[in-house]
Amino acid sequence: MRRNRSRTRAWAVVSLLIGALLASSAWPGAASAADPIKIGFGMALTGGLAANGKAALIAMQLWEADVNKKGGLLGRPVQLVYYDDQTKGATVPGIYTKLLDVDKVHFVVSGYGTNLIAPAMPIVMERKLVFPALFGLANNEKHNYSGYFQIMPAGPRPAIDWTGTYLEVAARQTPKPQTLALVGADAEYPHNALAGIRENAKRLGFKVVYDSTYPPNTVDFTPIVRVIKAQNPDVVFVASYPPDSAGMVLAAHEVGLQPKMFGGGMVGLQFAALMTKLGPKLNGIVNYDFWVPEPTLKFSGIEDFLKRYQAQAEKAGVDPLGHYLPPWAYAYLQVLGQAIEGTKSLDQQKVADYVRTQEHDTIVGKVKFGANGEWATSRVLQVQYQGIETTDIAQFHKAGKRVVVWPEQYKSGKLIYPYSSAMK
Amino acid sequence: MGARSFGVVALAIVVAGLAVTRVLDNQYYYFAGYVVLQYVVLATAWNILGGYTGYVNFGTPAFFALGAYTAVVLIQSLKAPLAIQLVAGAIISGLLGLALGYLTLRLRGVFFSIATLALAVVLQTMFINWEYTGGARGITLVRPASAPLFGNYVQFLFVVMLGLAVLAVATAWWIERSWIGRGLTAIRDNEEAAECMGVPTLRLKLVATTVSGVLMGLAGAPFPYYVTFVEPTSVFDLNYAVNSLAMPMIGGSTTWIGPVIGAVLLGTAQQIATVTISSALNLLLVGLILVAFVILAPEGIVGLVQRLARRSGERTRRSGV
Amino acid sequence: MVWLDLLLNALAAGILLGGFYAAVSLGIALAFGLLDIVNIAHPVFVMLGSYVAYGMNARFGFDPILTGLLFTPVFYALGVLLYRVYYVSFERKGAESLRGLVFFFGVLFIVEVSLLLAFGVDYRMVEARYIGETFQIGPVGIAFRLLVPCVVGVALTGALYLFLSRTFYGRAIQAVAQDSFALRLMGANPFRVKGIAFGLAIATAALAGALLIMIGPVEPAMNREYIGRVFAVAVLGGMGSIGGTLVAGIIVGVAESLTSTFYGPSWGVAVSFGVLLLALAVRPSGLFGR
Repeated sequence: MRRNRSRTRAWAVVSLLIGALLASSAWPGAASAADPIKIGFGMALTGGLAANGKAALIAMQLWEADVNKKGGLLGRPVQLVYYDDQTKGATVPGIYTKLLDVDKVHFVVSGYGTNLIAPAMPIVMERKLVFPALFGLANNEKHNYSGYFQIMPAGPRPAIDWTGTYLEVAARQTPKPQTLALVGADAEYPHNALAGIRENAKRLGFKVVYDSTYPPNTVDFTPIVRVIKAQNPDVVFVASYPPDSAGMVLAAHEVGLQPKMFGGGMVGLQFAALMTKLGPKLNGIVNYDFWVPEPTLKFSGIEDFLKRYQAQAEKAGVDPLGHYLPPWAYAYLQVLGQAIEGTKSLDQQKVADYVRTQEHDTIVGKVKFGANGEWATSRVLQVQYQGIETTDIAQFHKAGKRVVVWPEQYKSGKLIYPYSSAMK
Repeated sequence: MGARSFGVVALAIVVAGLAVTRVLDNQYYYFAGYVVLQYVVLATAWNILGGYTGYVNFGTPAFFALGAYTAVVLIQSLKAPLAIQLVAGAIISGLLGLALGYLTLRLRGVFFSIATLALAVVLQTMFINWEYTGGARGITLVRPASAPLFGNYVQFLFVVMLGLAVLAVATAWWIERSWIGRGLTAIRDNEEAAECMGVPTLRLKLVATTVSGVLMGLAGAPFPYYVTFVEPTSVFDLNYAVNSLAMPMIGGSTTWIGPVIGAVLLGTAQQIATVTISSALNLLLVGLILVAFVILAPEGIVGLVQRLARRSGERTRRSGV
Repeated sequence: MVWLDLLLNALAAGILLGGFYAAVSLGIALAFGLLDIVNIAHPVFVMLGSYVAYGMNARFGFDPILTGLLFTPVFYALGVLLYRVYYVSFERKGAESLRGLVFFFGVLFIVEVSLLLAFGVDYRMVEARYIGETFQIGPVGIAFRLLVPCVVGVALTGALYLFLSRTFYGRAIQAVAQDSFALRLMGANPFRVKGIAFGLAIATAALAGALLIMIGPVEPAMNREYIGRVFAVAVLGGMGSIGGTLVAGIIVGVAESLTSTFYGPSWGVAVSFGVLLLALAVRPSGLFGR
């Protein structure tokens, strides 16, 4: 008799829990006001990409505030609905189905990063949604989905165009460097980047003397750098994420690696945290970037945006400069907003067509997309760190420390070549 | 609980699950429900080796991921249907359990546990380096547009996972009541004494690890279609290790219903937390609750309930009713 | 010649790393080897030590070794406290090791997630004048960031060895491992002695953590890689043998370094687990075990 009672109680507990599960599903999530236009997304607020994700969120919230100050879109206020994807791809399907089915958002945009955009693609494709995306390399290559738009200015063939710029700079030096060493993390972005640069190397006549990857959580780069140094390459191209970028630079200095040109595809050197950590060790490195405070890149609205962003960034404890991701996070929402206004509708297909066919005026300049959702022409900059003497952050607010050496259209200074001349 | 009543309840749950898919259209619940059911399977599987036998497995991710990657390989090479993926995942993970058991169960329990940790690390390294399944970058899979009888593939996966949960719990229930279960309890209480009494300890332990492995592999096999993007970091996530351990400990590790309670309670709480409070805070809570339970309520919720029932029973007796 | 150059450098790095691994494993040699407490949370306390060193370095510019030494008493107290909780909850009740194991796993998780919440997942490093400097002996480059932790690690090992063999409480700790009842007969309180031992074990984590963050950047999840390493070193060295821990540390360090250089860094971590399994299969009492 007693055993049955405890079993019954156990069942009672289970039923209560199932009831709680069902009841909790009626959880409203984000509160909804009158009849706002809701834009939903997942964003990396914790996890490996959180530093950038949080910065992007601030920029997006600035956009939301700006739009609402001017009366919203189509006369209705705009509301961002978002959840933390923890930099884990596995959370993305759940988040986007919740946004669409429970929160009933009108539009979705992507989170930040190649790995977080990929899991959302099947969902947006299945429901035929327009999908502005934030900084993913070649996410649409397999799918060729017409609703995908990538705000990162890599170019129509993202991996090739992105990496090509680095070798173009190298190829123009005299005497022309001959040998190339390639190294990168074993992850999505570096893999795509390395594939791209191999093609460019063939095209521009470089001989690849080292081509290898390292596992994503490597912390000690000295063995790798030693092996690279042993090959004595003229040019070294590194495709890495922030922790490895720092590790590579430090290891290169420790081992004494001095090729004629060093850098290429190192994510993270654009972040304030790493710039202040590495300081003078950055001198001479030629690396990609998308926007730097040089006189050739003063687009309308960017300075005002940065000022407002920087005021908030201090409080939130994110990147105090905000040069890398935030302007683009603002811009990809600008594109969506302009398309909604331009078509005077919330129809996914109409908005997507508008985004694809029109040229958009944003704080990062004029944006024009090609057929596969990437930028019609590449605008990856190659930037050289010059003249850094301290680890002070104020110097990076101004021009002169990150000199644009490519392309000609935005060039703001002369490349110091070889690398050893610019090193401290 | 007798065989007949168990069978009836199990059938009722499956029928209820099917009925829900006819009525409820909102996809999100299926996504969330799938995760909770998945944890029911993992917690029950863990408990067969942990709670019943007393051997702590820290390497749940290894078995789970192996099931998932087996499915990936089958999808990539043969476009195999889900049923085959399930069977294959179960077999491969079961074999892994058997192998691990064979290698380490002769050693002390603590070395088995450390070996399970090692297993997870080694397996993850292997998959990071295997290009065919995507390596470190991961692999995108295209989910079939529709499923037999259900129309919506996600609902189908939900029902499949429901079936697997019922299967897992039924297995645990059966083992608990059989001679195997008694042998495992003897091992847990005092392995040397059991050995002396003639209990075939090594064989029983191997059965436990294999069954545990099979069930974890079954939990992992539908995962690729569920998430459509498989990469080592999320599939080997430590969360699986902690949850599959915490849920039985919190629910109660000596019976089949403990893991179910723990999984439903903790799993649901985590699903809610994912979309409300910070995610890392939610993990901290799991850790704190786990330690609190291990120290204060080692028999879990089932134990607490039993204690309450006993006390109220005594009170009833004493008051002369 | 390139091959030889790489080999020599890998060996050098391995030996230096090994001295450090020994220091990290001292806590396990004490807790697991002598007290039979499976403290899988030890590496996460080492991480805690690393973050303390980071904090003091970032805020006040303290040298990490200085911080490590300063905080050793704090960690000692933490260890004694943790042992009390463990004793009251498990040892006294004679509960199965299952719950003790789960307890430490829970502690591991709590500390790791707390570090995550406090510091985030970004890698943290310390700045010190000597980090980043190298000196050359022929073809071999000796990096200070490896040399200093090795030297300090060996010193710590030596100090612990002297403590265990020369002082009263040190010998009491060794005694309690062998026969706690006899110890009581000799007038020492086993509970107190075990508390001191466990406190010492956690105390080593303070300095070990400081050394760790000197070698390279740290992030909270790194502790999991170290679980296998420290148990491999402790088991290989022979449970409780401090000298054995040093030798085993160097063996593991060299094995990892060679594997990393010639087979790729991915397999480095798997090597230590492989060594552990091999040791358990072939000679479970370790090289210098009793």
